[in-house]
Amino acid sequence: MGRTITEKIMAKSAGLAKINPGENIWLNVDILMTHDVCGPPTFEIWEKEFGDSAKIWDENKLVVIPDHYIFTKNTQANRNLELLKNFAEKYNLPNFYPPFTEKYKGVCHIALAEEGYTIPGTVLFGTDSHTCTSGAFGLFSTGVGNTDAAFILGTGKIWERVPESIQFIFENKLPEYLTAKDLILQILSDITTDGATYQAMEFSGETISKMNMDERMTLTNMAIEAGAINGIIQADDVTLNYLSGKTCKEFEIFTSDTNAKYKKVKIYDVYSIDPRVAKPHSPDNGELARNLKNVKITKCYIGSCTGGKVTDFVNAAKILKDKKVKVNTFIIPATKRVEESLIAEKIDDKSLKQIFIESGCILVSPSCGACLGGTEDTIGRSVDNDIVISTTNRNFPGRMGSKEAEIYLASPLTVAASAITGKITDPRDYL
Amino acid sequence: MKSKIISRVFVLGDNVDTDQIIPAEYLVYSLTKPDEAKLYGKYALSGVPFNESGLPNGNIKFIEENKFVSLHDIIIAGKNFGCGSSREHAPFALKMAGVQAIVAESFARIFYRNAVDGGFLIPIESKFKIKDKIDTGNLIEINLVSMRIDNICKSTSFELKDLGVVKPIIEAGGIFNYAKINKMI
Repeated sequence: MGRTITEKIMAKSAGLAKINPGENIWLNVDILMTHDVCGPPTFEIWEKEFGDSAKIWDENKLVVIPDHYIFTKNTQANRNLELLKNFAEKYNLPNFYPPFTEKYKGVCHIALAEEGYTIPGTVLFGTDSHTCTSGAFGLFSTGVGNTDAAFILGTGKIWERVPESIQFIFENKLPEYLTAKDLILQILSDITTDGATYQAMEFSGETISKMNMDERMTLTNMAIEAGAINGIIQADDVTLNYLSGKTCKEFEIFTSDTNAKYKKVKIYDVYSIDPRVAKPHSPDNGELARNLKNVKITKCYIGSCTGGKVTDFVNAAKILKDKKVKVNTFIIPATKRVEESLIAEKIDDKSLKQIFIESGCILVSPSCGACLGGTEDTIGRSVDNDIVISTTNRNFPGRMGSKEAEIYLASPLTVAASAITGKITDPRDYL
Repeated sequence: MKSKIISRVFVLGDNVDTDQIIPAEYLVYSLTKPDEAKLYGKYALSGVPFNESGLPNGNIKFIEENKFVSLHDIIIAGKNFGCGSSREHAPFALKMAGVQAIVAESFARIFYRNAVDGGFLIPIESKFKIKDKIDTGNLIEINLVSMRIDNICKSTSFELKDLGVVKPIIEAGGIFNYAKINKMI
């Protein structure tokens, strides 16, 4: 029987010739990523458990990217940034990207890719559930808590259960009114938020081959929303082009065997998919955008690891060009590099930034922002009975701030179209 | 590991996510400074919509006003408990609130790992859907040897799933103790 890409990467990392889904194995970790929320407690646990003998297994493999609570007056949040800084100085960490310096990046999952840490065939763990994003580069990546991260920090190893895989094949080229967000929202509606618990979600097919890395990361980012251990897309020329000049490491590209065993195979023709929205309060509570056209909104939010990449803003700008927004619309680039691209990227001689400013959007500095609510002074945070349409990945009760708020998740195209009308709007009305 | 846990139970629904268990605004507090760490107990389950807090009737506070610890040491829930973020603050908050065990139809992976590897509490899967057969406030006994749960109030009893491959880690009290016992570190 053949093996899946996930099984092959895990077997290599564990140094085992044969592994079977359901087994617990010990992996050798290539990269450990942490941020400002989970970094300080991870380092505390590591110091406490390893005591005087505490030694980081490999400083070059530890990446610290503060991104959650950056632009805030909150004392405890700022204390976390200070704790990270002190730790990085004490241990002379080479891969630390502190805020308010030239090195600051923004949202960790996108920064990992931009900085070339997402190497095909490797194993990447992070103290954030959306660490599965990096799987877009044909690697095994997944989220863990502070204790597991502290264990990795001292040993370079961690146990993991070998998952069964579900294959999602998308056929045909994506039409201009759809984005990767519509595809993953379709999957979530179909398999629900625990439809892939402890399983790998593997994405393939013509649609995926033609997608750029931004879009691929939107898919793998939301694998966790189905409970998956990881999301993965085989590396190809698109991957190699993206990584070109970002890393000098040699790597191995793994592919699933044609006779690999899958728990399930789901095949979608993208022409049968329409722009989708996840209604409150769950990413699997799906509906067609056009069926929600009477839903009035109070806020639009375009940002985060899943919805704040260059391609997301190009899509939003296509719709917003020469139009005015009716409700407060927040533009939060995931990273500094994305923020710079808003000036460099143009549609008919107008930069994306210019398009957003002219349409009346509010531009915010890169960070996780209000995607997870943040501290009380976070720009774009939902208040009272806000009704928000957002390109982010979660709409649980209270997720973006107020417990009374209602969050709708959608593609940047749909969010931009909704910003113009003040109601949930199918983007085809503006394309 | 204890062989039995006896307590009043708090019953929740399906898909209780980590934002409900501990809303993100509280994650700024230290997990080790005692005066801040106890706030995690105070705010545990504070994000659960109030009509779903303490089923079947809801509208029950998990933590009473001005308290930091719950009257309920056991939680019973439906499927996919702990879905969402990787925040270890979630099982930590429940532990600070006094929770010793959670019996759910299924758990989300990261919450489950965090509960086990951090040694915070015992996540146990039920064999059947039991959340509709037990009411918040019922006195419950979990037997970790026979893997049964008895509802002392209603004289009913249900089977639980075996703790499986992570049992040695739970028995050791977390991944670090497990690794030390097995001379891995």
